[in-house]
Amino acid sequence: MGLLEAIIISVIAASTPLLLAAAGELVVERSGVLNLGTEGMMIMGAACGFAGAWLTGSTFIGALFGIAAGCALSLVFAALTLGLAVNQVAAGLALTILGVGLSGLIGAGFVGEKITPAPHLYLPVLTGIPFVGKILFGQDGFVYFSVALVVAIWWFLYRTRAGLVLRAIGDSHTSAHALGYPVLKIRLLAVLFGGGCAGLGGAFLPLAYTPFFIPGMTAGRGWIALALVVFSSWMPGRLAAGAYLFGAVTILQLHAQAFGLGIPSQLMSALPYLATVVVLVLISRARGSAGSVAPASLGTVFVPDR
Amino acid sequence: MKKLMMTAAAAALAIVATGFSASAAEKLKVGFIYLGPVGDLGWTYMHELGRQAMVKELGDKVETTYLENVSEGPDSERSIEQLARTGHQLIFTTSFGYMDPTLKVAKKYPKIKFEHATGFKNAPNMGTYSGRFYEGRYIQGVIAGKMSKTGTLGYIASFPIPEVISGINATILGAQTTNPNIKLKVIWVNTWFDPGKEADAAKALADQGADVIMQHTDSPAAMQVAAQRGIYAFGQDSDMIKFGPKTQLTSIVNNWGPYYTRAAKAALAGTWKAEDTWDGLKEKMVVMAPYTNMPDDVKALAQKTEAAIIGGTLHPFKCPVLGQDGKAVECKGANLEPGQILGMNFYVKGVDDKIPGK
Repeated sequence: MGLLEAIIISVIAASTPLLLAAAGELVVERSGVLNLGTEGMMIMGAACGFAGAWLTGSTFIGALFGIAAGCALSLVFAALTLGLAVNQVAAGLALTILGVGLSGLIGAGFVGEKITPAPHLYLPVLTGIPFVGKILFGQDGFVYFSVALVVAIWWFLYRTRAGLVLRAIGDSHTSAHALGYPVLKIRLLAVLFGGGCAGLGGAFLPLAYTPFFIPGMTAGRGWIALALVVFSSWMPGRLAAGAYLFGAVTILQLHAQAFGLGIPSQLMSALPYLATVVVLVLISRARGSAGSVAPASLGTVFVPDR
Repeated sequence: MKKLMMTAAAAALAIVATGFSASAAEKLKVGFIYLGPVGDLGWTYMHELGRQAMVKELGDKVETTYLENVSEGPDSERSIEQLARTGHQLIFTTSFGYMDPTLKVAKKYPKIKFEHATGFKNAPNMGTYSGRFYEGRYIQGVIAGKMSKTGTLGYIASFPIPEVISGINATILGAQTTNPNIKLKVIWVNTWFDPGKEADAAKALADQGADVIMQHTDSPAAMQVAAQRGIYAFGQDSDMIKFGPKTQLTSIVNNWGPYYTRAAKAALAGTWKAEDTWDGLKEKMVVMAPYTNMPDDVKALAQKTEAAIIGGTLHPFKCPVLGQDGKAVECKGANLEPGQILGMNFYVKGVDDKIPGK
C-alpha cells in the first residue's frame, strides 16, 4: 500500500464521524433550530453503540443503538425548545453536559472491553485494483452510508417539496405558519433526524475507528461538526468537502510531523477553526449588504399561537 | 464550552463532597484532582487505583474524594480550592498542568498539605512527587532497538513538557545501545487523551515505516492500530496487553498506591513534610509489565537492563550526554543532575525532530 493511498484511507476514516454528525445538524439548522448538543449526542451514541455491539456482537445493531441514543437525547432537547420554548443555546449546552455525564455512567461497565471492529467491504476484483480499489471498494459501511446520507440530504432539501417547506420554516417560521405548515412538527422531525445522525457519528468511533469505549472519547468532535455546518454555509455539498478538508488537515499535520517538517503542530491543530473563521469572513464580504447566509430564523424560538 | 462543562461537573462533585464532610470529622480527608475520567485506562485510571490501594490499606482512617475531568490550567484552581474549603487536609493534584494553580491555593491555605505530581514548584505545605518514568523508557528503547526491522521507531508525544522530552531522550539513548543507527519519528498530538487522534498518529507513523510504536498519551488506541498492522507497541501507564496480546512488548505501569499510603500515614502521624519524591523502578513507583512477544535473548537483555538500573550500575542519562547538535551537555557528576532531567528541554543526539515552540 502506497503512502498516499494510506493517507487517503486515514483521512476518510477521520472525516466520517464529522460528516455524519454535521449532516444531521445541517438539516436541524436548516429548519431554524440551533442544537449545540451535538457533542453530547455523539458521546451518547458512542456509549450506547458500543454497549449494543458488545451485547449482541453485531456492529449493525450497535449502530442502531447509537442512532436510538442520539434520537432519545435530541427528544429531550425538542421537548425543551419546541415544547416549552426554552432558549436553544442554553438547552443545547445543557444537552452536551447531560450527554457527557450520562454516557460516562452508561459506559462505565464497558470500559476495558473490546469488540471486533466494523467489517470492511471486500469485492473480489474491484477491491484489488491498485490505489483506488481499497479507497473506493474497501471501506466500512459507515463511510458509504455517510456519503449516501449527504446526497440524500441534498436531494431532499433542493428537489422535494418537503425540503422546500423545511427551508421555508428555517427562513421564516411565522410566514410558514401563516401558510398552514406545521412548524413545530417539522422541526421535531428535523431535530430527531439530527440526533440520530449525531448518535451514528458518535457510534462510528467505538464501532469502527478505535474499537473500545472510553468516557469522553469523542474529544470535541461534536464542536468541530458544529463549526463544519457554519463552514459549509448550510450547503450539503460544501459540508462534505469541508468534512474531508478538516479530516485531511488533521491527518496531514501528523504526517508532516513524522516527516520531520518543521511546521508547528499547534498551528496545524488550530487550522480547521481558522479555516472556519476565514470562510465566515469571505461569505460575509461576498454577500455585502445582502445579509447572512444562515437560515433567517436560526436559533429563534417559535410559539405558534402568536 | 468544554471548560464550562468540566466546571459544572466539578461543582456537582464538590457538592457531593461537602455532603459527606459532616459525618466523619476525625478522619483524614484526602482529596484528588484527576485530569481525565477514571475510566481512561491510562494516567488517571492508575491514580485511581493508587487511591483505592490507599483506602484498602488505611481503611476508615481516611476518607477520600476525587474530582475527575478537571482541565489543566487556571480553571483547575477552583476545583482545588473546592477540596481545600470542604475540609480536605491532604490534596493530591495529579497532573503537570495543575502546578501553578496548586501553588496558588497552597499559599492561601497554609495548614492544608498539598502534593503535586510531576511538577517542580514547592511551598512549605506543597510537595511534589513523580516517577522516574525515563528508566522504563530506556528499557523500552533497548527492546525497540532489537525488535525493529525497519530501524524506525514511532513515538506519539503529548505536550512538550520535561517529562515527555526526557522520555523521548531516554528511549533513543536506550535504542542506540542495541541499534546505533536507529531512527525515531515523533508526532506531537497536543492532547493527553483523544483516542481517535492517537490512532491517527499511530497510523501515520506506521505508514511512514515505523514498526515499533510507543506513546506518551493515555488510551490503548495506538496499541490497537499496531495490532491491526501486525507491528509492535509499548503500552502506557497501565498494562495494555489485553488490547494487543500479540503486540505489546511491555508497558510502563505507574504504581502510585504505596506512595499515597505513605503520604497519608505521614499526615495521620503528624510527620508529613513537603518533599520532592522521585521514585523509580527500585522503589516500585515505576513497574514494567511482563516482557512479552519478544525472543528470549531480547527478554534477557531487558531484564538485565532493568536489574542494572535498579542496582544503580546503569543510569540512562550517564554523562557525557550529547545534545542534538552533538555537543556534550554540561555535567557536574557522573550522570545528569535530577534537576536537569526534571527540567529537560533539549533533545539528545539522534532525535530527528524539533521540540514544538522552541
